[in-house]
Amino acid sequence: MPVIEVAALSKHFAEKAVVDNVSFSVDQGETLVLLGTSGSGKTTTLKMINRLIEPNGGQIRINGSPVRDVKPETLRRGIGYVIQHIGLFPHYTVGQNIGLTPGLLGWQKEKIRDRTNYLLNLLNLDPSFVNRFPHELSGGQQQRVGVARALAANPPIILLDEPFGALDPISRKQVRDDFASLEELKPKTMILVTHDVIEAFTLGDSICLMDQGCVQQLGKPQDLLFRPANDFVRQFFTGDRLTLELMITTCSEVRPWLQASQNAFPSELSLLTLLSSEDMQQSFREDLLRAFYQYKTSFA
Amino acid sequence: MKFIGDFFQYAFTRREEIWMQTLEHLWLTLTALALAILIGLSLGILITRKAKLATPVLAFVNAIQTVPSVALLGFLLPILGVGATPAIVALFLYSLLPIVRNTFTGINEIDPGIQEAALGLGMTDSQRLVKVELPLALPVIFAGIRTAFVISVGVATLCALIAAGGLGTFIFRGLTTNNTYMILAGAIPAGLMALTFDFLLGILQKHILRIIKPVALVFTFSLLFFLGGQVFTSEAPAFQGGFNSEFIERSDGLRGLLRTYNLDFEIVELEIGLMYQALHNENVDVIGGFSTDGRVLLYDLVILEDDRQYFPPYHAAPLMVQETLEKFPRLREAFARLDHLISDAEMAAMNNRVDHDKIPPKEVAREFLMQKGLKTAVVRNGDADIVIGSKNFTENLILAEMFKALIENYTSLTVELKLGFGGTKLVFDALNNREIDLYPEYTGTGLLVILQSQDSLREKVLYQKDAVYNFVRTEFIQQYGIEWLPPLGFNNTHALMMRREMAEELDLQSISDLSAYLQRP
Repeated sequence: MPVIEVAALSKHFAEKAVVDNVSFSVDQGETLVLLGTSGSGKTTTLKMINRLIEPNGGQIRINGSPVRDVKPETLRRGIGYVIQHIGLFPHYTVGQNIGLTPGLLGWQKEKIRDRTNYLLNLLNLDPSFVNRFPHELSGGQQQRVGVARALAANPPIILLDEPFGALDPISRKQVRDDFASLEELKPKTMILVTHDVIEAFTLGDSICLMDQGCVQQLGKPQDLLFRPANDFVRQFFTGDRLTLELMITTCSEVRPWLQASQNAFPSELSLLTLLSSEDMQQSFREDLLRAFYQYKTSFA
Repeated sequence: MKFIGDFFQYAFTRREEIWMQTLEHLWLTLTALALAILIGLSLGILITRKAKLATPVLAFVNAIQTVPSVALLGFLLPILGVGATPAIVALFLYSLLPIVRNTFTGINEIDPGIQEAALGLGMTDSQRLVKVELPLALPVIFAGIRTAFVISVGVATLCALIAAGGLGTFIFRGLTTNNTYMILAGAIPAGLMALTFDFLLGILQKHILRIIKPVALVFTFSLLFFLGGQVFTSEAPAFQGGFNSEFIERSDGLRGLLRTYNLDFEIVELEIGLMYQALHNENVDVIGGFSTDGRVLLYDLVILEDDRQYFPPYHAAPLMVQETLEKFPRLREAFARLDHLISDAEMAAMNNRVDHDKIPPKEVAREFLMQKGLKTAVVRNGDADIVIGSKNFTENLILAEMFKALIENYTSLTVELKLGFGGTKLVFDALNNREIDLYPEYTGTGLLVILQSQDSLREKVLYQKDAVYNFVRTEFIQQYGIEWLPPLGFNNTHALMMRREMAEELDLQSISDLSAYLQRP
């Protein structure tokens, strides 16, 4: 049974359909990315899941039970939530910010303190930050605190709304990569909203591309790139197509088309990583690219 | 330096009164402010929750703020009577706007990201309010409270006009009796109070998040204490007299009256404009009014006979700067036409036309001139040759309009009116500084308030009409270069007045009767 199930979800603001008949489901431990430009309805869709916005039609179930049967506060305390504006409380210390949801849930003080220290450590934040105020931290550090706060009560589900959107490109990549490698997050069921295609393909197990409130295509990253459902999907990735394709294709996937037997490389490395490394022989580089194009044609 | 020394000496001799008034002032302001914080904060929070209410509520508190203070006190008088209660209600109403608006704005302007986070983390509405919205909006809310306090300290001076006490008592008495030290003895403590509390609230604001709980407790208890005190002390005394600040303070005023007739009753201070209504509404039982006031007719009041001739004559006459008279000699000729033209009864009737029939003073004045066969057709606008001033009560407004019509029709001059000066001191200073050219004044006022004549001298001239007029005429020309033109005829003297049914029930005709009634066993 999927953890999150969204069926025929709709939302109108003053006659205008902002979300129109959207359906998807997310399994345990899976990350779904809602991808689209601004105005595509992705954030509205996300906010209907933790009832910050109430839908006009359709059904949302978490572990089989409809969200509208649960009190909003109770529902939200069981779902981690990370937002673009970070939204740390400026009058609370970092420690108080992280310990907020556990406090609302009535955890013991010591348990909250241990959890806070654990999360600071996990997110590469200095333990002394616990008594600092948010404005004393850099943007990247603030967003790490934001993530720690969402994880504080150890929720099985996490919703992320443009979580790295407020950061500069360098710290964005850093925080994102750290985020992607967090063991703590592996078992979590996550939905992430972004307009950044690289981010979508880095973090998403599956991607739901939206435009004007409608789902354009829902599938694995390969499906969207190699089997686009329509022209919109094809056009959407035009600029970054080669980067994205090399990013999602692993060495093991093109191995059948390689001429030289190259077992030296770990099979899970992406072609993008391989081709970017500087100490690679020119002949192998060409071999790899040829194999990649043959692999690509096999999808057609 | 002498001025400052004299002021301190004056303040020292009246230190007990100043201290009492300061405490009264503080009590009024703080009680009203505490109520306003309680209600204003609640209203402000309410309208952040019910967006539809925001516009009407803000419009309402805004509208209150635009009502002039004295008018608001006038509205409250019939409902709440005189004294501290209407004063606190008025101050409370004035304090609402800054508190409601700043609470609303403070909460609404919190970063939407923070609001979203508070909701998204699973806070209930009240948790969000207490943990996030109020702490973050606090600086803005505090700014509102500080504004409200400073406004209240200012408006509270006006509460002296409805017998609520406070530092306004000195300010108004000083203004009407031409006593600068007295004005300062009221104004300086009021100013210091505003500054001190603003400073203290500023300090409190910095530490409020840490000490909010004890502060809230102290606040609630003091509010209960204040209101409790108010309930237990608000019993009305048996017989009350209402008098304006000028009458209470001036040398021919209340003190002499009480001494001459051996009177003894509770005294409350009331503004002239509110006094008659207060008597009519049975807030007080006797007032010191003016014999030609229209409201004597309107409210069917009885004037108690001044059987020991205590009240001096107050003959009205135009008071004019001599330079103006020399520059425009035809003015003297024009004003000769008003010489002894108006009788007491005619003046009272004109006053009533304005006060009761709501006819504008301008029309009443022209009506009267026409009736007397004088020209009134010309009305001239444009750059003024002559500026006429007036104190702010009906009779003087009518006279000012009458002077204007007269000048316009019997000279070729253009007139500007500057009406509504707050008291003798203000209007006379304006005349003496040549900011206005003339205004209607009364001989008694000239003698006692402006010249502040010595007792011995006063005795000689006081009780003969012509003697007073001749005396002030000579003195004003010598001292100020200002001339009393011929008297208009009527004598608007002070008089003690009561409601007709009470006077008849107690069978009181003269002030001596009242004295006898009050001294009965």
